[in-house]
Amino acid sequence: MLNEILINLDWSPLFISLKTGIAATGICFFAGIYTAGRVMRMSKKKREFVDGLLTLPMVLPPTAAGFFLLLIFSRRRPLGIFLFDEFHIKVVQTWLGCVIAATVIAFPLMYRNARAAFEQVDMNLIHAGRTLGMPEYKIFWKIVMPEARPGIASGTVLTFARALGEYGATSMLAGNIPGKTGTISQKIAMVIQDGDYITAGVWAAVVLLIAFASLYFIDLLAGSGRRQTKRWQR
Amino acid sequence: MAVYVEIRKNMDGFSLNLQFQSNSKRIGILGASGCGKSMTLKSIAGIETPEKGQIQIGDRILFDSGEKINIKPQKRNAGYLFQNYALFPTMTVEQNIGVGLRGRWKEKKERVQEMIGKFGLSGLEGRLPGELSGGQQQRTALARIMAYEPEIILLDEPYAALDMFLRDRLQQELLDMLRDYEGTVILVSHNRDEIYRFSDDLLIMEKGQAACFGKSKDIFSNPKKKVAAGLTGCKNFSKVRRIDDHRLEAADFGIVLCTERKIPENTAYIGFRAHEFEPVWGMREKNCMKVQVESAAQLPFEKQYFLRPEGAVSQKEDQEQICWFVQRDRQREIEKRGLPPYLKFTEEHILFLEE
Repeated sequence: MLNEILINLDWSPLFISLKTGIAATGICFFAGIYTAGRVMRMSKKKREFVDGLLTLPMVLPPTAAGFFLLLIFSRRRPLGIFLFDEFHIKVVQTWLGCVIAATVIAFPLMYRNARAAFEQVDMNLIHAGRTLGMPEYKIFWKIVMPEARPGIASGTVLTFARALGEYGATSMLAGNIPGKTGTISQKIAMVIQDGDYITAGVWAAVVLLIAFASLYFIDLLAGSGRRQTKRWQR
Repeated sequence: MAVYVEIRKNMDGFSLNLQFQSNSKRIGILGASGCGKSMTLKSIAGIETPEKGQIQIGDRILFDSGEKINIKPQKRNAGYLFQNYALFPTMTVEQNIGVGLRGRWKEKKERVQEMIGKFGLSGLEGRLPGELSGGQQQRTALARIMAYEPEIILLDEPYAALDMFLRDRLQQELLDMLRDYEGTVILVSHNRDEIYRFSDDLLIMEKGQAACFGKSKDIFSNPKKKVAAGLTGCKNFSKVRRIDDHRLEAADFGIVLCTERKIPENTAYIGFRAHEFEPVWGMREKNCMKVQVESAAQLPFEKQYFLRPEGAVSQKEDQEQICWFVQRDRQREIEKRGLPPYLKFTEEHILFLEE
């Protein structure tokens, strides 16, 4: 019976989820690092405010975030109308909606991890770079980023994992159109409603595998380049 | 090359407000931890920005709040040696030295090689900072600074984190390496030995203010102010009442001192270094203080006695003990004759101090 299901299985949710996860992680990676870098230059007061604002999607229930996104991108609203009329871009009920929902929900994870990693960088290293005449961009790429690398890597993993599994906001904004916006999480929820526990189990196993593989892979990436691994033993 | 520094900045709990000017090439700044000396150095480097003031090195104005001039640290050409050296941990020795050099790859490579040779780092080019000894780290940090030919070098308590043994050797090593450096060097420290050994001009700071400024040898031999005397290592102080030009009463020592020298009008304290007391057995002489030894500590090369004067006016509990440090060659005499009943204030060593 399992064989039968595997043979007849529509693999599209896997590809949709992967595509969404990768796209959202890509966007979050650069946006998160850039934003964290900007916030690090702000005064304390401004920083606290901006920090709260940027973390909001993480603490908000995803369905509430989805509701706000729908408000913004609906084709009955100014931005939605503008995007469709000018660029022929549709967000609601499309794959782009999947990506936007996943990006918004996962962004705080990347941003917060990047910022925590930047906070850990010894200010004296940055000062040293400046007194040695290094331009700011070079200080960022050659000194700050290598130092912040483990934090950035773990932020990326968490962002990917979150984006891959996003359900609430995605279902609100993109819906569950098989072969188009039907992600794994939505598929699982759907088949469970039909009482099809075996298909749900297959998809859950697939998600588990991907999650573990990506964790393992990025851990390897973060670990290389460091000559010593800290081990709490002997 | 003249250095002119005038800084005003509000800090946590106090305000930094100081001004000094020096034509010397080796300037020391001595002060207790948290007196603002590091902030002064950082302001010169441009890492911190004062609220008001002016900083000028030679004929270059680095900062002038009035003229709204604030040269970026990148353009100040000031080498800064950080307390922890601030070597970039993910870069090798070679990369650390060459990281900000400009110009063609081949020229940079040559410059780095020259520095590696000059600072005795051959064979360590590929090591990461974490794999170097303290001395090698210091040499790498200095090589990295020197590669840029800075106009001024700023040393921020370079030995604070080191153990004593390494400290003395590295101090000497740093002095040797800086010997043929033409520019100005400013050393910030709370260690008087380090400062004495290094600097021609000395600035003493207290709570963000300049307490004294002058030739460091002069300040050590005649500190003039209580803070300066304390920072240069004087251990014994007493509040005084000036009786006339040649007599004063030192209440905390319980003694009236008579001096050949004229006592300055504004003398508020006298100071006496722990090594300078002269033990007196038998008859009491002029300027002798009757003492009772309360405790003693044997150190490898000297013995330290902690005493209480008899007949001091204020016999409060919190009255500080008097310190008397005896070098080893002197100890034998004391062992033979017993502890002296009197200690003599030798006239030439009495420091007249202002508040």
